[in-house]
Amino acid sequence: MRNSDPGRLRPDRRRKRSGDRLGAVFIRLSAGAMAVNLLMVLGLLVLIGVKGLGVFWPRSLVEIRLKDGSRIWGAVVERETVRDIDPGRTEEEGGRNGRRGFRIRVRVANRDLEGEEFLWVPEEEIAGIRVREDLVRVERAEWGDFLGRFLRLEAGGKKVTDSWGGFRKALDARDSVGPRTDEGRKEAWKAVFEVAGGETVEIPWEGILDAIRPNRMGFLEKCGFYGNRFFDFLVSEPRSSNTEGGIFPAIFGTVLMVFLMTIFVTPFGVLAAIYLREYAKDGPFVRILRIAINNLAGVPSIVFGIFGLGFFVYTLGGRIDSLFFPDRLPEPTFGTGGILWASLTLALLTVPVVIVATEEGLAAVPKSVRHGSLALGATKLETIWNVVLPGAAPGILTGVILAISRAAGEVAPLMIVGMVKMAPDLPLDGEFPFLHPERKFMHLGFHIFDLGFQSPDVEATKPLVYATTLVLVVLVLVMNLGAIALRNRLRKRNATSSV
Amino acid sequence: MQQAPFEEPLAARLPGSPALAKGGGGKLPDSGGEEVPDKVELRGLSLWYGTKRALHDISMRIPRNRITALIGPSGCGKSTLLRCINRMNDLVEDVRIEGEVLLEGEDIHDPDLDVNALRARVGMVFQKSNPFPKSVYENVAYGPRIHGARKRAVLDEIVERSLKGAALWEEVKDRLHESALRLSGGQQQRLCIARALAVEPEVILFDEPCSALDPVATGKIEDLMRELRSEYTMVIVTHNMQQASRVSDFTAFLYMGTLVEHSPTRELFTRPREARTEDYISGRFG
Ligand SMILES: Nc1ncnc2c1ncn2[C@@H]1O[C@H](COP(=O)(O)OP(=O)(O)OP(=O)(O)O)[C@@H](O)[C@H]1O
Ligand SMILES: [Mg+2]
Repeated sequence: MRNSDPGRLRPDRRRKRSGDRLGAVFIRLSAGAMAVNLLMVLGLLVLIGVKGLGVFWPRSLVEIRLKDGSRIWGAVVERETVRDIDPGRTEEEGGRNGRRGFRIRVRVANRDLEGEEFLWVPEEEIAGIRVREDLVRVERAEWGDFLGRFLRLEAGGKKVTDSWGGFRKALDARDSVGPRTDEGRKEAWKAVFEVAGGETVEIPWEGILDAIRPNRMGFLEKCGFYGNRFFDFLVSEPRSSNTEGGIFPAIFGTVLMVFLMTIFVTPFGVLAAIYLREYAKDGPFVRILRIAINNLAGVPSIVFGIFGLGFFVYTLGGRIDSLFFPDRLPEPTFGTGGILWASLTLALLTVPVVIVATEEGLAAVPKSVRHGSLALGATKLETIWNVVLPGAAPGILTGVILAISRAAGEVAPLMIVGMVKMAPDLPLDGEFPFLHPERKFMHLGFHIFDLGFQSPDVEATKPLVYATTLVLVVLVLVMNLGAIALRNRLRKRNATSSV
Repeated sequence: MQQAPFEEPLAARLPGSPALAKGGGGKLPDSGGEEVPDKVELRGLSLWYGTKRALHDISMRIPRNRITALIGPSGCGKSTLLRCINRMNDLVEDVRIEGEVLLEGEDIHDPDLDVNALRARVGMVFQKSNPFPKSVYENVAYGPRIHGARKRAVLDEIVERSLKGAALWEEVKDRLHESALRLSGGQQQRLCIARALAVEPEVILFDEPCSALDPVATGKIEDLMRELRSEYTMVIVTHNMQQASRVSDFTAFLYMGTLVEHSPTRELFTRPREARTEDYISGRFG
């Protein structure tokens, strides 16, 4: 609109300025909110990243001499300020309450001897700390790690070697042939170590998985060890009721479950969205349907879990059992939680997301393009299939990405439809028919819960919680990035021209 | 799509009437004076969008292998009339049509008639070019594929022939597998024409095909239309009087949903019979 009267411009301008001032405040407010969000997310990621990545780094081992003459061997984990240095004693008993000081946490390992994996040591009691090169960290099949000084390797009470080099060589020789090849040997081998208290400890040869002297390792050696350990963590099975070993079955279960869920949810959600957007006549019915779908996304996930248990597991699974596996009853085959039911439950949970995103994708395909196809004599179905769906693919993928993110992190409903702490077999293996949809499975989310809250020594498994969380986060990130890359490629292809 | 040769137009069997616009004449006199058989005939066509009447009892005959221009002020129903010929109005909700549209003497509203087959016979090029977000090749091959062509060699041949027909081949032959959306606006519009040609229609409807194009691109499309004239019957909606007079053989002037005048183009622009036509072409309204 042209304004020929200059006098009328002034009030307009003034109003605009005051609007601008409010606008500036608003911008700051929203930018602030964004920054807080970003900081929290970054903080979380950095915490997980640092702690998770640090788990497998071979820390240097130190000898701590205390003022009372005793000594401790271990790795310093953290240091913190305390108000009451020894809260157990009162002032009269020589306690030092109310005074600030520091204490350090030392990982002494030797869970079987000390009873505890970690020790808090007030700095005031420390006479000296030094790095000892001859300290050895032994990874054991049971009881976690052992820290000590290598004395000798014995075979049936006779000395084999008392040099570290000899011991390592024997260990390497054993490992290169394959683990546990010494069953046929007559006399039992064992390694003898000295612990901080001065006692000697014998560890059976078979119980030793690996032994290193971290203080003797160079940086590159440490890196190699670290990479190895991380790789092992990713590809091996858990040991000692999940507190040791790797998380491979959990990664595998998570990925397979999400994959199956995607296979179920994508066609289902896309078809529903096509019906809603392309075929259904807009009216009260469709509007109510949309509201219902949107509300479905807000139903607590545990409700979906219970529904999955009642409908998929008991009703569907029970029916399948009575029809196809009557000879195995009363032992259920499909009538119990399994990866199939879990992925179906999650598909149900995430289908609203896919429907909504697909509908948006469909709406974004311009009418002119549809008309172009129809005017060539294509039927509606041909038009939807050949023109509309490819155009809506980025929207569909957005929905699938959201569904994957949601499903990969979902734990609660899975606990009742087939996720377990320890699954004996993977749901996919070399045995016919390769995919076993009825099998129970492990899941990273549940593994984190299990490690963090259900293990006998939570302190000891805490590093693994970080590492597992890191893996889960990275996994979700990788799946998302993959889908986003795919979506961007499609977007680029579909980009509407500038003319 | 195979059509029996056009032997005896239905119109020819009807009692004659002198006025072209009123329909029912034997054969149309060409601008050159020769007689041309009808391709499409509208008989008493009326159309309502809901309760709003957009077309009032229109009867006109569209001669074969000629270009018919539809002119008239904005909102007078040109696009609506055009969309009646390939039943694109079916896609509009709440539309009601009365009267007949005959293609080669057949009623296109016949319930036995397959609307998709009709649209294959009557192609359409839209005001805004609307290539599919696919490659140039796929855009042209789309129609033939829909209608059952599968062999690569056959499709290659159709694509080349159609692109040549739309005078686009030389410009795109090296980028057939690039996205069609990277072509220029004029190229995109010619691609849409090629896409329509690929299904070998009998009639092509153009709804303001050049309104978004510069004079050079417009000229190319007009040349193209003149070239296609020997094989296709074409109807073009345009707001551009020069374009109508340059390109068309017959011109119909629509005003507020009624057909005011329909005569050979030269006649309509030099000696309009109706006062409203004269007002419009001389720019006194619209
Ligand atoms: N889908 C529709 N629903 C309702 N009314 C419509 C619809 N399409 C067109 N109309 C109305 O029908 C009348 C004729 O429209 P039409 O598009 O045929 O005009 P036109 O002559 O092509 O105009 P223009 O030159 O601006 O393209 C107009 O009054 C318009 O508002
Ligand atoms: Mg129009």
